[in-house]
Amino acid sequence: MSAAIASATTAAEPFARILGVGKSFGEPRGRFQTIALQAVEYDIAQGELVALLGPSGCGKTTLLNIIAGLTTASVGHVEIRGRRVTGPAEDVGFVFQTPNLMPWRTVLANVMFPMEILGRAGPAAKARARDLLAMVGLSAFVDQRPMALSGGMKQRVALCRALIHEPSMLLMDEPFGALDELTRMEMHDLLLDIRRMSATTVVFVTHSISEAVYLADDILVFSARPGRITQRIRVTLPYPRSAATRYSAAFTQLERQAGTALGVVHPDA
Amino acid sequence: MLLPATGLFLLLACWQIGVRVLGISPAILPPPLLVARSVQDNAALLAVEGWVTLRESLYGFLLAFIVGVPIAVGIVSSRLLDRMFYPLLIATQSLPKVALAPIVLIWLGTGMESKVAIAALVAFFPIVVDTAAGLRGTSAELLELARVNRATQFQTFRKVRFPAALPFILAGSKVAVTLAVIGAVIGEFVGSDDGLGNLLLVANAQLNTAMAFAALTALAVLGMVLYAAVAGIEMLLRPWLGEVRHG
Ligand SMILES: Nc1ncnc2c1ncn2[C@@H]1O[C@H](COP(=O)(O)OP(=O)(O)O)[C@@H](O)[C@H]1O
Ligand SMILES: [Mg+2]
Repeated sequence: MSAAIASATTAAEPFARILGVGKSFGEPRGRFQTIALQAVEYDIAQGELVALLGPSGCGKTTLLNIIAGLTTASVGHVEIRGRRVTGPAEDVGFVFQTPNLMPWRTVLANVMFPMEILGRAGPAAKARARDLLAMVGLSAFVDQRPMALSGGMKQRVALCRALIHEPSMLLMDEPFGALDELTRMEMHDLLLDIRRMSATTVVFVTHSISEAVYLADDILVFSARPGRITQRIRVTLPYPRSAATRYSAAFTQLERQAGTALGVVHPDA
Repeated sequence: MLLPATGLFLLLACWQIGVRVLGISPAILPPPLLVARSVQDNAALLAVEGWVTLRESLYGFLLAFIVGVPIAVGIVSSRLLDRMFYPLLIATQSLPKVALAPIVLIWLGTGMESKVAIAALVAFFPIVVDTAAGLRGTSAELLELARVNRATQFQTFRKVRFPAALPFILAGSKVAVTLAVIGAVIGEFVGSDDGLGNLLLVANAQLNTAMAFAALTALAVLGMVLYAAVAGIEMLLRPWLGEVRHG
């Protein structure tokens, strides 16, 4: 019985916790000090997709980098599975705003990069890389250089690279921001597919309201500098989500709610 | 390829006709056909002396490369080394290294060693500076990728920084290899009994201007061959280097 209680509490335990995180750049109280983040408090549930939504410059990237262990918080800290983040963790995948591929490597070699660093670049890893590339529809481009690919294809390679070591958390910094709308919508569905196949927890930075609503389970709306959470919006849209979801009344309602929180939609409009 | 060849041909034709029409003595400016004859008559000699200069230049370049690349790596990896030696390196660059040639000859004698040293001295700077610039210019995002994947310093260097710098290293090498030829010839001018530089001096002393021009032609060919060799390596690596030059 005590075991049952223990497992029940573990299940309820958040996957990651952001505990009173604040970040300022420049000298403390100096003339050029920027307060990028202030008192950010949030629990990320296992397997959920959390969208960080806010205007440009509100500290979304900064928060993502703190979660990734790339930047240290000025105050507060982040815990992943109960352990304090002090640097980049092995089971995290990161997708940058740009594809950030190495032009001198083939598509396959780019995807293999994290495995090489981990010292696990064996045939099994190669097979997995090929599987991932097949899943995103790039089987024919495995031996090409990134130069030969379109923007959307490059970002799919970047996605495979972030997934190759089967991370339990995926951090994405406006990953589809540079893509045209049609490609972006394809990428949304691809990401939803990936989430259906693995229970990866995702933190997704965006400044697009509709992107946040379509992808997320939870949206954190940030204010402009200093960045802090002004509203948390629970997205209860059912899965699987598809094009039809985008035209549902519930979707529009959530968009309006997020727009209001951002201050771009007037409440009584 | 066709247009430059046509340009060269036109230039040579003007030269040939000009010398004839203006009645310039061959001892002052030999017409191209005379130079061509001299090249033909002295082919064996030019090959032997050219081989000497080629080796001096090539060894000098390789020495500069082998010493220069690690120094660039050191400067880029260590703030201390950078602050201590980079300004010094730039400062010494304003020193005309030609002026060092007589001193190098005193230290190393009139044999091949002194020519290699002077060639290396001249070729060293562009290699160090371009390699350092390439290593420094590695995109911050790629370095972040390495960091997020927990790559060690060495892994980051080997898998990210060095490949990213390679186009710069090759660009520096192209400049360096032509400078190495200049360095070798300067060394031969200052003191030597073989090489194309020496042949040029001897021909000059004998007022054999056609021969001097033949030696000059051989030097030009040598410089082009070395440049083409580096450019060829660059071309072979082109698919591998991709768009990195602009990124
Ligand atoms: N390394 C840094 N040094 C100084 N200021 C920074 C640095 N990184 C970010 N900032 C500042 O912090 C604020 C938040 O930046 P960022 O997290 O990139 O915002 P977002 O991703 O939401 O656009 C911005 O005002 C930015 O200028
Ligand atoms: Mg950002």
